[in-house]
Amino acid sequence: MKKFKFPMRYVPISATILVFFIVYLIGIISFENFGSPKVFIDLFVDNAYLGIAAIGTALVILTGGIDLSVGSIIAFTSILIAKMIATGSNALVAIALALVIGILFGMLQGWLIHCFSLPPFLVTLAGMFFIRGCGFIVSEESIGIKNDPVFNFIQNDLTIRLGKGMNIRFIVIVYIIVLIAAIFFSQRTRSGRSIYAIGDNELAATLMGIPVGRTKIMTYTIAGFCSALAGVVYAVYLKAGNPLNCVGLEMDAIAAVVIGGTLLTGGVGYVFGSLFGVLVLGLIQTLIVFDGRINSWWTRIIVGLLVLAFIFMQNLITKISKAKSKSQ
Amino acid sequence: MNKSSNKFRHLVWPLVSLALLLLFNAIFTDNFFKIEVKKQDSAQAVQTPSVPTESPQPGTSWITPENYETVSDSTETAAQTVKDSAGQQAVPEKKDGKGVSIFGYYLYGTPIDILNQGSKVMVLAIGMTLVIATGGIDISVGAVMAIAGAIAALLISMLDAGNCIGAGMGPSVYWIIPVIAALVLATLAGFWNGMLVAGFGIQPMVATLVLMVAGRGVAQLITDGQIITFDNPGLVFLCNGHALFLPFSVWIVIAMYVIACLLTRKTAFGLFIESVGNNERASRYAGIEARRIKWLTYVICGFCAGVAGLLAASNIKCADSNNAGLYLELDAILATVIGGTSMAGGRFFLSGSLVGAILIQTLTTTMYMKNVSPAIVAVPKAMVVIIVCLLQSPVFRAKVLSIFASKAAKGGVQ
Repeated sequence: MKKFKFPMRYVPISATILVFFIVYLIGIISFENFGSPKVFIDLFVDNAYLGIAAIGTALVILTGGIDLSVGSIIAFTSILIAKMIATGSNALVAIALALVIGILFGMLQGWLIHCFSLPPFLVTLAGMFFIRGCGFIVSEESIGIKNDPVFNFIQNDLTIRLGKGMNIRFIVIVYIIVLIAAIFFSQRTRSGRSIYAIGDNELAATLMGIPVGRTKIMTYTIAGFCSALAGVVYAVYLKAGNPLNCVGLEMDAIAAVVIGGTLLTGGVGYVFGSLFGVLVLGLIQTLIVFDGRINSWWTRIIVGLLVLAFIFMQNLITKISKAKSKSQ
Repeated sequence: MNKSSNKFRHLVWPLVSLALLLLFNAIFTDNFFKIEVKKQDSAQAVQTPSVPTESPQPGTSWITPENYETVSDSTETAAQTVKDSAGQQAVPEKKDGKGVSIFGYYLYGTPIDILNQGSKVMVLAIGMTLVIATGGIDISVGAVMAIAGAIAALLISMLDAGNCIGAGMGPSVYWIIPVIAALVLATLAGFWNGMLVAGFGIQPMVATLVLMVAGRGVAQLITDGQIITFDNPGLVFLCNGHALFLPFSVWIVIAMYVIACLLTRKTAFGLFIESVGNNERASRYAGIEARRIKWLTYVICGFCAGVAGLLAASNIKCADSNNAGLYLELDAILATVIGGTSMAGGRFFLSGSLVGAILIQTLTTTMYMKNVSPAIVAVPKAMVVIIVCLLQSPVFRAKVLSIFASKAAKGGVQ
């Protein structure tokens, strides 16, 4: 009799979803209003920018690379938009320019990484310094976005109001659209599958005739776009830009991706998992805010422990599947 | 490429970059190379500095001979404040600057200042070089620095309050306790990293990510989220005092460098590291305890991070868990890579890493002296890093060569 076998590749993402529900359950049991839909919706509103950034990070990690420039690009685009609006530009032009810069910057990073076979870690590290500094060149001070028609339109007219103070803001819709597009891209398109092939074994992918260079550069370009879009969302969310924003956000994004069940060495995992990774991070923060007694630095420790647990699980799974393929 | 006959070949590019930078400074910055030997005024005589008549530009009027007494104190703090405003909350506390000086003489000047400020990255780079040589990486050193600084500051504040064993020894002696505690804790952190990497076989980048994420939380746990300040003379001396003409921190760097060199070049340890970095499995078959070697490099790296954490805390006389050592792991890695150590592992150059660290610090200091905002310093830094990496990349060299020598291009550089 053959037992029902749960596919090994679904284990990490199931664990992520399980962790999410456990944390959510803990919240509901501990606090009276934790289960209210408003808390759940706010989870998305507060973490939309992180989620979008995590999508790009997830794709890059799937190729076996890493992108450390995420937080800096968010800070740069948000301050760029705020500055341009403050100097009288049209907000739409500012947003478009920010996105184009993000795309070009991602492309540049991908080009350097692929064409000169520089370590992704180093290139995006330098990129992080560079773009953070560029943010300070734009403005060293925080700039607010006041009375801009486009931002007001996004704020007031594109929000889905469910009543009782529950508002699904436009940034959440943007996040979900990007997420669905990324899932479709990674699962159903040729380029998306190439990402997995490269992440699993770059040499084998090259030998199979997969356009490794093009795919890698494209992935970093997408990551740059996602970061820039996250910056736009962040500017909309805060209605301000600050070059000091999001210091270390790249690590949150990486942690979300790892907790989302993606193998950091590449090739294994789902973009979909990053959603739950981000939600788990957000839930932990919400829990700590609800409690009020626990200090916020516990967030980092808990996140670190979660990352560790997932790394161990991934390691175990990799070993088991290796042992299986050997025994066959 | 042929096996380099020149022992110092790896140092060429970093040294050339450094020389260019220094040349730039020699031409465009006044008094850059002016090093003053000044006798310490133990009687703390009335300071009557001739205030410079021209309006003091923060960059160029650094430590000029006329105003060194006041300016060196105030601008050092100011420079620190400026530097820290990039991400750290500086403590605008006037340094007393009267550390113990053995012969009563100080060397003052920008080059000395570069060495002093760069000491943290230099110390980190020594440990990082060994880790990278095994093919690993340690991105948690910044967080470990924060932990080390936090425990040192906590213990010294407890000792000052008399709440800890050893408080009876008096403040001139008991500062040893926090130093040892910080080093032990940092070494333990390195042990933890080593355990994950060598013991459990997790990828180094991933394994050290855990401590990088959680480490600052731990540091804040230690300090209870506070920024603990201290003014114990012994602890402050580490990064602000002078001994034998040079800042004490420079002596720490020299001592650690000499120890590391002896350890790696006079024993088989260095060879083992390179062997493991080249091919771990082959080394294991050859009878080298590859795991133990890797583990040990992480422990050493943790120890170095502890020293750097103490220096960082000592420099600003406080432990700031959020910002101590922020991004310094990146500086340390950059210093190592600039110094010619390959990220893939297998060969390492401690001297190169030190030169790399000095290069980074010189660049930073040059920017400050040219009145560049500290936040923007990151831009040229990043460009230098990319350029140096490109120069070291064999692919880039081949491509450039193929452009210059058309014959080579026909040879088919892919």
